Amino acid sequence: MKYNRRDFIKTGGMVMLGSLATPSFLGSCTGNTADKAAGISFALNHFGLSENDMKKVLSAALEKGGDYADLFFEHSYRNNISLQDGAVNHAYSNIDFGMGVRVLSGDQTGYAYVENISLDDMLKAAQTAARIANSTATKGPVKLTEEPIVNNFYGVQTPWDEIAVKEKTPYLQKLNDAIFALDKRVQKVMASLGDMTSHILFCNSEGQMYYDYRPMVTLGAVCIMEDNGKIENSYASRAFRMGAEFLADDIINEVAKEAVDKTSILFQAIKPKGGEMPVVMGAGGSGILLHEAIGHAFEADFNRKNTSIFSDQLNKKVCNEHINVVDDGTIPFNRGSVNIDDEGIEGQKTYIVKEGILTSYLHDRISAKHYGIRSTGNGRRESFRQMPIPRMRATYMEAGNVTEEEMISTIKKGIYASSFTNGQVQIGAGDFTFFVKDGYLIENGKLTQPIKDINIIGNGPKALANITMVGNNYKMDNGTWTCGKDGQSCPVTCGMPSALVSKLTVGGEN
Amino acid sequence: MITKENKKLAQWAMEYALKNGCQASRVSLYNGSSSSFEIRDMKIDRLQQASENSLVIHLFVDGRYGSFSTNRLDKQELEKFIRNGIDSTRYLAEDKARTLPDASLYYKGGSADLQLLDPKFDSIQPDDKVALAMKTCEEMMGKDDRIISANSSYSDEKDFKYMVASNGFEGDACGSSFSLVASVSIRGEGDARPESYWYDSSLYYDTLMKEGIGVKALERVFRKLGQKKIASGKYTMIVDNMNSARLLSPVIDALYGSSIQQRNSFLLDKLNQQVIGEKITLMDEPHLIRASGARYFDGEGVATKKLPVFENGILKTYYIDTYTANKMDMEPTIASPSILALQPGDKDLNGLIASADKAILVTGFNGGNCNSTTGDFSYGIEGFLVEKGKLAQPVSEMNVTGNMLTLWSNLAEAGNDPRTSSSWRIPSLVFEGVDFSGL
Repeated sequence: MKYNRRDFIKTGGMVMLGSLATPSFLGSCTGNTADKAAGISFALNHFGLSENDMKKVLSAALEKGGDYADLFFEHSYRNNISLQDGAVNHAYSNIDFGMGVRVLSGDQTGYAYVENISLDDMLKAAQTAARIANSTATKGPVKLTEEPIVNNFYGVQTPWDEIAVKEKTPYLQKLNDAIFALDKRVQKVMASLGDMTSHILFCNSEGQMYYDYRPMVTLGAVCIMEDNGKIENSYASRAFRMGAEFLADDIINEVAKEAVDKTSILFQAIKPKGGEMPVVMGAGGSGILLHEAIGHAFEADFNRKNTSIFSDQLNKKVCNEHINVVDDGTIPFNRGSVNIDDEGIEGQKTYIVKEGILTSYLHDRISAKHYGIRSTGNGRRESFRQMPIPRMRATYMEAGNVTEEEMISTIKKGIYASSFTNGQVQIGAGDFTFFVKDGYLIENGKLTQPIKDINIIGNGPKALANITMVGNNYKMDNGTWTCGKDGQSCPVTCGMPSALVSKLTVGGEN
Repeated sequence: MITKENKKLAQWAMEYALKNGCQASRVSLYNGSSSSFEIRDMKIDRLQQASENSLVIHLFVDGRYGSFSTNRLDKQELEKFIRNGIDSTRYLAEDKARTLPDASLYYKGGSADLQLLDPKFDSIQPDDKVALAMKTCEEMMGKDDRIISANSSYSDEKDFKYMVASNGFEGDACGSSFSLVASVSIRGEGDARPESYWYDSSLYYDTLMKEGIGVKALERVFRKLGQKKIASGKYTMIVDNMNSARLLSPVIDALYGSSIQQRNSFLLDKLNQQVIGEKITLMDEPHLIRASGARYFDGEGVATKKLPVFENGILKTYYIDTYTANKMDMEPTIASPSILALQPGDKDLNGLIASADKAILVTGFNGGNCNSTTGDFSYGIEGFLVEKGKLAQPVSEMNVTGNMLTLWSNLAEAGNDPRTSSSWRIPSLVFEGVDFSGL
């Protein structure tokens, strides 16, 4: 499922990536590079930079009177190996290297990036970005001060560049074999293992300077099964900010079982009759509801511009007082975690709904200044090619006190949604959707017939207000969730306890 | 643009790979530049400018295959990059189906210029770009008290590509594009802030629509006021030309050789069979001059040609690249579609609406997905209830659910209005008996 970059209406959404191309060259970096001591001096050496050059570029960025400027240097290398027809027969690697200059003048942004980080090229980029401002020159920082990473949420034991392809291929082979061993109906398996390592060096006109070492691993398998002439497929994946210590057998078994279970259930599944009905969101991936129904609409760029359906709701009651919703950049090894966001603000745990009250939007520097508060550390970007904007991290609802069985027992006719592939929201209108890959009918308080392939649509504020029960079974979904907004992709996760939404519109046949 | 040095570098990289253990190789080198100017409420909100380049190398080593890309084009770094790539590839499983295309299938050059690059690209001044975006914003700004935010943007880009393969392919391609977008948010009922947009895009600056885009965005947002969901049921579905391609996309995905070979397609084993309505003829027309999507060769260098995809509902083509052709022992066709043109009818959208007694006009999709092995789909929609040939009620928060083969078998009529700025030229479409879920 591709994210449509030509989506001019303000939508946001996320997808479970079916496969993730992700490489390991320029082998000069080591696993210790996230160490505080190794930090800045390592990074300056890695990028071939001096503090003096950076100060020159920052000064050039502010020569037209900008209020603030930052420089974002990135060196990322991705490796991906993929398996089909029983053999690991393709490897892909990518190296991406460059830097972006951003200048802020009030809430206006100038941005330029270069792939060659010679001083001349950086100065030219800075002069381009500087043009957003139009007043008298301000100066760059007098001194750049290293801000060490205080909490490293994704320390690495074995860096990916210490692992050769030959050490990875048996892992995918095992996954393939595990899937085939589980069910005779398995016809095809497509699996991939991707790793990515990013070196990020950041500095700004306030004198801040930091270095972050960001690992990522993704493992996914598509399972295709045939039963009595019918073919079905489903997908399971895991993603973490981890090094090669990720490669453990227990994950293989988890992913294999999930892929087979999610595929085999589809043979019995039907499309339900459509219409408005209660929906029980199963624990885990149901966090997509939060991501789409409220998460995007809480991103503060939309709110400062007054274009979100939640623009007038800050500090107001938006749902049941038992509900707490968090957007968290501090979960160890989580795909959505950030030690420091992409504009120099430390990773944080942010309550966006506390006891039913909308307590905080998700801020970047621009919106934080607009609201006169400190940024929540949600300023993120896909790469040096893009400017940071408010983005989610790991978005989840805290556990309540109802069992899932109790919840289901209250429903005469409804839907239980188990797993999801993608969702989308219109920020202003509030209409959001998510696609249910599999689930069940609820009839007279019990799960009955499996269902599949239906879209569910609702309106954010109404759906939030209609969450009437929250389960005691909180679960984080560690799949390869990727969020799209303004043409930028960003790794995120989501989590939920089971929850009952009293009314949503379920797709189906009539 | 692609310089002599660029070409030399790509050729050098290929030779270097061949000297260091590859039996075959293909190298593509890309570069380009872009700019964008976004206006919010008559003030520049964001300006962005960039230029970039990259190199992709495909390595065929002892019956094994890997592909590698980088934006670090320094020769010394490339040497290490290529050697590492070769080492990695050696550890993969042997796969005899991984080969370069048969050289006889390559585009040999010499055809007329497709005219995809505006020669004026570099002469358009930043101030003019900003002025154009400002003018578009002005068409919306202050025109109604309910407007919350009026945004516009101008963006342009040009891209160049050079490709060389060790069994005798050499080709280049280039293109430019310009776009102008207007989007506007208004205060709706309750807390809702409906938004809509309009845009134009063109390969040439002179043919880019420069007036009326803001006006159209305004018109589109105000007609949304009063949206509600209506009763679930079977309706005739009219889909406008901004959205009709969305319904074709899963059908095209099902035609890729990779989907067929992995048995992950609802059009498996259907070649030369009547699979959708007789009214549907869909052509791949790769050689249209000055047309988005036009090209003489695909990603492997294989020459494109005019191809029927569906002829009167009969499936005529799978997209078979070299790998799937080798694997499935089939003749290769082309790796992917270029310009898809659905045979148009004779009415415009208004005409299609006027002919409908009761229907739902879909003007936007909201999420949803399609099962690639069964063709079962379900999408969120917004649009209008049509009654007695007129728009009777704006609708939203509804789903449309069905199966792609059934849907396309029930195509009643195609409009005459494909957007020619798009590489998929799909007009407004009318389908009978579609399941909508609402109240």
